[in-house]
Amino acid sequence: MSESLLPPQFSDLERFAEEWCLASEPERYAKRLSSTMGQMQAFYDAIFPRAEEAIVYLEKFPLHDLPDDALRLLQLLYSLILVSFAVEIWRQPYIPDTGTASFDLKLEPFP
Amino acid sequence: MEQSPTRAPKQYPKPAEGTWTEHYPDLGTAPVSYESSISPEFYELEREAIFKRAWLNVGRVEQIRRKGGFFTKELAVARTSLIVVRGMDDKIRAFHNVCRHRGNKLVWTDHPAEEISGTCRQFSCKYHGWKYDLDGRLSYILQEGEFFGIDKAEYGLVPAHCEVWQGFIFVNLAKQPTQTLTEFLGPMITAIDYPFEKLTERYYYRGDIRSNWKVFLDAFQEFYHPPILHGHQNPVMSNPEYQQQGYYTMHFQIDGPHRVGSTSGGAGGLLPPEMYNPIERVMRSGLFGPWEPSEIVTDKLPPGLNPGNKKRWGLDSFQIFPNFAIVFWETGWYLTYHYWPTAHNRLIFEANAYFGPPRNVRERLAQQLGIATIKEYALQDCGTLEATQMGLESRAVTTFPLGDQELMCRHLNKKVNDWVRDYQRSRAEA
Repeated sequence: MSESLLPPQFSDLERFAEEWCLASEPERYAKRLSSTMGQMQAFYDAIFPRAEEAIVYLEKFPLHDLPDDALRLLQLLYSLILVSFAVEIWRQPYIPDTGTASFDLKLEPFP
Repeated sequence: MEQSPTRAPKQYPKPAEGTWTEHYPDLGTAPVSYESSISPEFYELEREAIFKRAWLNVGRVEQIRRKGGFFTKELAVARTSLIVVRGMDDKIRAFHNVCRHRGNKLVWTDHPAEEISGTCRQFSCKYHGWKYDLDGRLSYILQEGEFFGIDKAEYGLVPAHCEVWQGFIFVNLAKQPTQTLTEFLGPMITAIDYPFEKLTERYYYRGDIRSNWKVFLDAFQEFYHPPILHGHQNPVMSNPEYQQQGYYTMHFQIDGPHRVGSTSGGAGGLLPPEMYNPIERVMRSGLFGPWEPSEIVTDKLPPGLNPGNKKRWGLDSFQIFPNFAIVFWETGWYLTYHYWPTAHNRLIFEANAYFGPPRNVRERLAQQLGIATIKEYALQDCGTLEATQMGLESRAVTTFPLGDQELMCRHLNKKVNDWVRDYQRSRAEA
């Protein structure tokens, strides 16, 4: 059996961890653009109801000293934030009327 | 059908003249031309008249905290690259990024046109190994004896004027600036005394957009468009009040080439829950940033903010001529925007969001939703302003009416024309 990526309490979300635990905003945004709405709706429906529980869990740790599995859980929440726009607002992966314009996050604090 | 109201609601009082625009009679009220945003010839004039004469913000002191810390800044608009460096004496200096030997670009890695940052003891040219101290002095020439009567003291890096205000590093590319930085910024801007240094969490966005820098900037200095262009982003924006009545800026103020607009707030999660997207309710954050005030927020607003002394103040959008903006939010964070033209119809757009250090995961997530929201809004602007540039370039329409809510756009348009005319006059006299 492969090692679990997320804290045991969130083992039911393991199936999303491989694809959605991404270290940087450009990776997460690219993932959003390359996903179907079906994939994102499934991700959102699974993660969103657990978000508050995940935050409460993560708040127990110092922000700059998160265990690896907790860091991945946090990254899952970061992905939830980007996916939420597609699911809650646009009902499509990309923002309407944005053409080929790019606007990329070049620098962000860790974690 | 309901008629649009012709007067501003009484909670948004205007000056005695009746409108904000007429309060500043030099601005006029006539439709304006955007020829200055579509003409390659005008862009050539702007490069000399504005970008080689005004003080330009190129970064903050926190980017080079340590002695020897440096970053390069590509200024295509002035056809130069600068090295900004903190010396061993802690003084921050700027130099043109050019080796005095054969003109090679001195500091770069991998791609000569890309900006870099780092820390070093000296700058060494990749081409023939000439070395410069952090204060710009030439310290080493390989095979110095092969050169003819060369005096190293005469071959230091070419400096650019560099001054710091509130931690913001400004450069001026004129041989001799006509104003000090403080004089240039003027009383309205220098009244600001803000704990910038405490907001250490920096998120840096960059985009390459096919629009004139002023056409682009204009969208970031009026609050007339958000309920429409961004109307679907959240229930606050699609609120019928804004959709039908429009959005009103509480206060406008102009000082020299600089300007500010202040609006009411939307922060703090104080509206009924249905006014927020589900993710906003969980992360307690959104367009106006994290709902919880940061630790810099006290009962007393930092000096210089809310210059109109408005009761329901929420943000100030200070536009510092020519291409720099600082937006202060009531919950204790700030944004900067930079608009760097690369052609008459193209720019590099930079946005930096600065927050206090988060104390836990919840505060970090609130920042993340805030900056994700900025991107969703900014990309809508980016797409639309490329379309505006196309519309203007058709020249099918040549003058454009600006409303009172667009006074800041009118002011920038006028100041750019004034600076160019002033430059042409000084050239003619020379």
